[in-house]
Amino acid sequence: MLKHLRAALLLLVLMTLLTGLLYPLAVTGLAQALFPHQANGSLIERNGQVVGSALIGQSFSRPGYFWGRPSATTAPDPKDPTKTVAAPYNAANSGGSNLAPSAKALADTVKSREAALRAANPQAPAAVPADLLLSSASGLDPDISPAAAEWQVARVAAARHAPQEEIRRLVAAHIHGRLFGLLGERTVNVLGLNLALDARWPMR
Amino acid sequence: MDANGILLILLLLAVVLALTPVLGGFMARLYEGRVGWLAPVERGIYRLCGIDPDREQHWTGYAMAFLLLHLLGVLVFYGLMRLQAMLPFNPAGQTAMAPDLSFNTAISFATNTDWQNYGGESTMSYLVQMAGCTVQNFLSAAAGIAVAVALIRGFTRRSARFIGNFYVDLTRTILYLLLPICLIGSLVLVWQGVPQTLQGYVGATTLEGGHQIIAQGPVASQMFIKHFGTNGGGFFNANAAHPYENPTSLVNFIYMASILALGAGLTNTFGRMIGDQRQGWALLAAMGIMLGAGAFAMYAAEAQGNPALSFLANMEGKEVRFGIAASTLFATVTTATSCGAVNAMHDSLLPLAGMVPLINMLLGEVVIGGVGSGLYGMMVFVLITMFIAGLMVGRTPEYLGKKIEAREIKLAVIAILATPLAVLGLGALAMLTPAGQAGIAAPGPHGLSEVLYAFASAANNNGSAFAGLNGNTPFYNVILAVAMLIGRFAVVIPVLAIAGALAAKKTVPPSSGTFPTHSWLFVALLVGIVLVVGGLTYFPVLALGPVVEHLALASGTLF
Repeated sequence: MLKHLRAALLLLVLMTLLTGLLYPLAVTGLAQALFPHQANGSLIERNGQVVGSALIGQSFSRPGYFWGRPSATTAPDPKDPTKTVAAPYNAANSGGSNLAPSAKALADTVKSREAALRAANPQAPAAVPADLLLSSASGLDPDISPAAAEWQVARVAAARHAPQEEIRRLVAAHIHGRLFGLLGERTVNVLGLNLALDARWPMR
Repeated sequence: MDANGILLILLLLAVVLALTPVLGGFMARLYEGRVGWLAPVERGIYRLCGIDPDREQHWTGYAMAFLLLHLLGVLVFYGLMRLQAMLPFNPAGQTAMAPDLSFNTAISFATNTDWQNYGGESTMSYLVQMAGCTVQNFLSAAAGIAVAVALIRGFTRRSARFIGNFYVDLTRTILYLLLPICLIGSLVLVWQGVPQTLQGYVGATTLEGGHQIIAQGPVASQMFIKHFGTNGGGFFNANAAHPYENPTSLVNFIYMASILALGAGLTNTFGRMIGDQRQGWALLAAMGIMLGAGAFAMYAAEAQGNPALSFLANMEGKEVRFGIAASTLFATVTTATSCGAVNAMHDSLLPLAGMVPLINMLLGEVVIGGVGSGLYGMMVFVLITMFIAGLMVGRTPEYLGKKIEAREIKLAVIAILATPLAVLGLGALAMLTPAGQAGIAAPGPHGLSEVLYAFASAANNNGSAFAGLNGNTPFYNVILAVAMLIGRFAVVIPVLAIAGALAAKKTVPPSSGTFPTHSWLFVALLVGIVLVVGGLTYFPVLALGPVVEHLALASGTLF
């Protein structure tokens, strides 16, 4: 028994050193040497300032930007830390709404999102794409569907005083296709598209 | 459903099928002692620990070693979480995790469950993620494989007292199999965008002038073993739905294939070690039929859209880059195995689609199953199948030349009954007590599904969740940990006892009356037994949860 205990304890210590320190530190070293941009979070800088990560969505609410998906992330309530408050795109506390498909709360939320989107996009087609109405799993989804981008073109064009056709062309250039034509879905990275918008038609 | 989604399912099954003989062959050589390129390191580890690698263990010794390593692992991991504020690698300044949460998390990782009551980026320091989570990911995966290998030895040995040395099996699994593949795999993940840094969280000024704190960390090194070892505990709260954990559809595919790879490969290892690969393929066929059926059924159910929202595509709790197809396939894969990583929020799945992950877990995690645990779980069902087949023709059942007698069947029944007892018994306790009811987020039948899912997940060591359930309360932290312990040890110990009993038996040569166990008839019988046992046990509660919710939703009733 004592021999067992000694063997198990020492093996645990050795394996902790091997798989818990040596291995992750070796991967860190190699990753920082080989792929420093990705290893540090695929951060994007503009004028020397970090504006976000290519992989992490952020909040957009101005008419001149394409909007991302609804986000259900939260943050601790500053008044009462045992409670939480809504904090969309909180990249330090990811998560989804976990609302059941049969939840009244989900149907009500969708209804109010739909009304708000319609009001902000009077020229858009009647059917709002699903990904603009329903919140993402991580709350940090960096992408929208090409349909959701197309749906917003008229609003963005008006706000930027730019021709719709050119905005549409910019969107098309930002569509990320399926890998090998098979894996995944067609996406548009919202932050990337908005950065391109700012570069081409700066907000006045 | 579209052609693209169907092709994705077929492609994944094909890739796993192709990997099976490769990994299976390697593992057979590994556990027969024919791989040794790290022999100096291996010998050094044994010498430091005082382990004699040539001294094998009786099943009781093997079980004792298994238990001790888990117990010590839980203690160390618990200590790390409680003391993280005083330890290095804590750039985000995380404070000590609560005792009940630390208890739950330590048990959960040691039992290969990896249930997430912890928040990841909001609760754990980098040190806890590396020296706690990652270590337990390796150890619990290797321990599961070791038990499966010990059981295989039960079949290959005759009149033997010993079934192998647990420490040696564990060490060899980590050194030769898990670590090298994870090292390469992690770098592929980084290339695709998974972060790997010890620097702190990054502050960004968004385009609209807001301030965004972006959590970082040594993510990639944990991510590969998390899936390859069917662990499933996330670095981040959103698990594999988080764009840093799972940035691209390629990474998503690698995850799905690696979740299935070792479980499928072990069926081939089994076939090779007993000297008849057809026996392994028969087991894989039974598993594969159930996996494929689940994948297609779930995709079809979810692709209908939500009737309450005029059949709007159900993108609630899903990421655009995965869509409906890759989200449902991942959910099938992660619950068919005991992985439990999620790339979509299962709580927001349509009722019938959400029932597929539930059923996958309730069948006892034998549809491919966890690394090691899938094989030994399925072997328990094989023994029951042979017993029932024997009853039908009135002769003593035998499998691979071993007579299956009362002792083995009694042990197999203990292993099969332990998890339903934990799921339904403890689950009922949660439904009946105020502390249990307090955690339920959804009113109506979905609330029952949330509780059922939690106990199915914990007792079968899966770890995924209908995460609306607030499980981070003292009540759930403790009761779910108990369910995890039952699910791990009340199966492993009978299985090791079976291994010991089988190893001690002589082998009888096959006769004309022997039921061939590599035939389609056997495969069909095995699938039938798994479904009947699971179905009889859980049909009533499934009818009250997801089925009622589906009917209510279809008739326009919301809760």
